[in-house]
Formats: sequence, C-alpha cells, structure tokens
Amino acid sequence: MTSISEQDFGFLRTFLREQSSIQLEPGKEYLAECRLTPVARALGLKDIAELVALIRRGTSVDARRRSLEAMTTNETSFFRDVHPFETLRDHVLPEIVRARAGERALNIWCAASSSGQEPYTIAMVIREHFPQVAGWRVRIIGTDISTEMLRRTREGRYSQLEINRGLPARLLLKYFERQGLEWQIKKELRDMVDAQEVNLAKRWPSWPIFDVIFLRNVLIYFDVATKREILGRARKLMRLDGALFLGGAETPMGLDDSLKRTQAGPSWCYRLAAASPAPQPLPRTA
Amino acid sequence: MKILIVDDSLAARSFIARMLTKQGHECVMASHGGEALERLTSEEVIELALVDWNMPFMNGLELVKAVRANSRRRDLPMLMVTSECELERVALAFEAGADEYLMKPFTDVELSSKIQLALASRAGTK
Repeated sequence: MTSISEQDFGFLRTFLREQSSIQLEPGKEYLAECRLTPVARALGLKDIAELVALIRRGTSVDARRRSLEAMTTNETSFFRDVHPFETLRDHVLPEIVRARAGERALNIWCAASSSGQEPYTIAMVIREHFPQVAGWRVRIIGTDISTEMLRRTREGRYSQLEINRGLPARLLLKYFERQGLEWQIKKELRDMVDAQEVNLAKRWPSWPIFDVIFLRNVLIYFDVATKREILGRARKLMRLDGALFLGGAETPMGLDDSLKRTQAGPSWCYRLAAASPAPQPLPRTA
Repeated sequence: MKILIVDDSLAARSFIARMLTKQGHECVMASHGGEALERLTSEEVIELALVDWNMPFMNGLELVKAVRANSRRRDLPMLMVTSECELERVALAFEAGADEYLMKPFTDVELSSKIQLALASRAGTK
C-alpha cells in the first residue's frame, strides 16, 4: 500500500514519459514513493501529493528537475558485471588501439553514466593495460540526465561503500586519494572523463564519432519506439569498426538489424553488420 | 565454500558468518592469527580466509605473512577485512601477500564482491 493517489501516479507517468520517454509501469507506485519522498522533504513539502501539485503548477523548475533526476537515477558500481570490461580489455580495445595508432585518439561514450563509476572504470582499464596510448587524445564522455550525478562524476568522490563495491583494492591504491571519509579519483583520471548533460530521448550535442559506446541498462526504461530511435542514433555515431555494449538483458534484435552480436571472451558486444569479423584476443602489453 | 573468519571480535565474526551462511557458505572461526594457523593445519578443506588486522597474539598482517611462508597453504586466498582505512595499510597488506582488502563497514553486497575479487586475484597468481 503506498500513499500516492491513483491520479497523482497517473500524472507522474505522463510527466516522466513526456520529459524523458521513460516508462513507469503501473504497479511501480512504490518506486515513485521511494524516490520522490526525499525530494518532497528536501523542498520542505509535506508529502508527494504536494510535490505533484507543485510540478503540475509548472512554477518550480527545481521541483521538476529534482523529481526527474530522482526517478531516473540508476544503480551503478565500478566494474559492474565484470565481464563486459574483460571483453573490452582483451578483445575490443587491443584491436581498436592498433587501428588508431596513426590518429593517436580514442573516443568513448558512456550513456546514462550516473555517478561516473563506468567511465572511470574504462579510464582505469586504459591506464592499466594500454600504456601505448599515453600521449594520445583519449576522451571518455559520460552523459546523464541528472545534474547531481554529473556533479558527482566531475568531482570523482566516492563513499567507502562505493569503493568497496567491485573496485579491486590495488586500483584504489593506485588511482584514488583519501579525502576525509570519502575517496577521490586522481586528477589524471578525472581529466580523461568529460561529464555532459544529455537526455537520451531528446536532442544530442554534436559529438565526434565513437570507437566504443557503453549504453548499458538504460534502454530497458524506454518504450519500443524510443529504444529504436536511440539505438539508431547511437549506431550512426559508431566508427565502422567500433563496438557497442548493451546491458545483459538488452538486445537490438527487432530494433536495429544493422547491429550484430559478437561474442568476445566472457561477454559480448555489438558491431556494425558491415564491419570486420569477431575480434581476436591480442597479447596484452601490461 | 568453507571460509575461515579470523577476528578477535565475537560480534564481527558472527555478523560476517551470518552474511556468508545466507550466501550458502560454511564458516569456521578463529579469534587470532595463532588459532587461525592451527585451524588451517587441521582443516584441509578451508578455501578462503577473511582476516581482521588488529588482533591479540598474532595480528592479521603476521598471519598473512605466515600463511604465505607455509609451503602447504601458501596458495590460500586471503581477504583482509578491517577498519584500517589508510592507503599505507592497504599497500602493506598487499606486500604481505593479501589478495584483496575490504574496509569496514560493509554490506553483504560488498563482501560478496570482494570475495570474488580475492578468488580471481589468487587464481591469477598461480
């Protein structure tokens, strides 16, 4: 039993769909309550009904933004699911780094990157295993709809629980500094990550073509038409030999037939159908 | 998996054992390094040790060093589980031969994640 009225929940579903194309299914009232109660309190409101009334009036940009952010913030951790990063390290990056030796540049996009653990994980993988790219222009763009998550990404500060979850302590030792009760990722890695505000369902900034795109565990929140639209736009931003990573429960099947699943080591990625065959593992350099 | 929990605090041992038992592991306990070494000598099937740092008689760091110097148990995966949060301490633990490092406090999610990392790290050293 939740305290959200049917009418308010209906309004929130429409609001979320219009603002971010995110589908809030019937039965997810508990999720709205759990995410929006802290927002209501932070704004000095009595309950979610007052928050919904404020959003309806359209007079508070802050209430709309905070509510949207609270409903779209996803779970994340360093090396989340582990295996996609092994595939990236052992199969995808060796081939791409070799192919870019002339350009000396790498462009990577992490969509819906939340508080930044995913782009920083990729930055650590590059620093640890690809010393030959030192001196290259390596740009990892982390995008999210939430300004709060982007602020956290830029600061690169994490709680003890966050650094305990998935991050090998040897990497903590190498790439983090203690800041009071928190841990901050070192500047050399923060400089590799560019945090940008992007609503996937709306207009995207003009970007370079990407070598690798991480679009994990975000498509599941959109309706089919928006999934197709996002995948199509992401595909157009991929280099011909680039790689796309989706979440374990996500697939482009039936949405975009020009993306082909390529098993590579313990996990898989998606490549353009016209591109080269499955990448073979190359000996690691470090 | 049979896991040895080495901690001088009964409350800490029980807390960790509860989490691990829920995840399907079997736990044995020791309250300091010396007792842990005896356990490891008599119980061949122990597959992982979770080791606190500050303990009487033989502390966690000394225990890790002693196990790594023991020809029969030197490949035992060892995870330091401690409230020592300084980077210098983390470095010392790795120098002594620990496979991973978990800082207190933590939940079952972080414990499980660090156990996987410790096992993978030890497997990678063989």
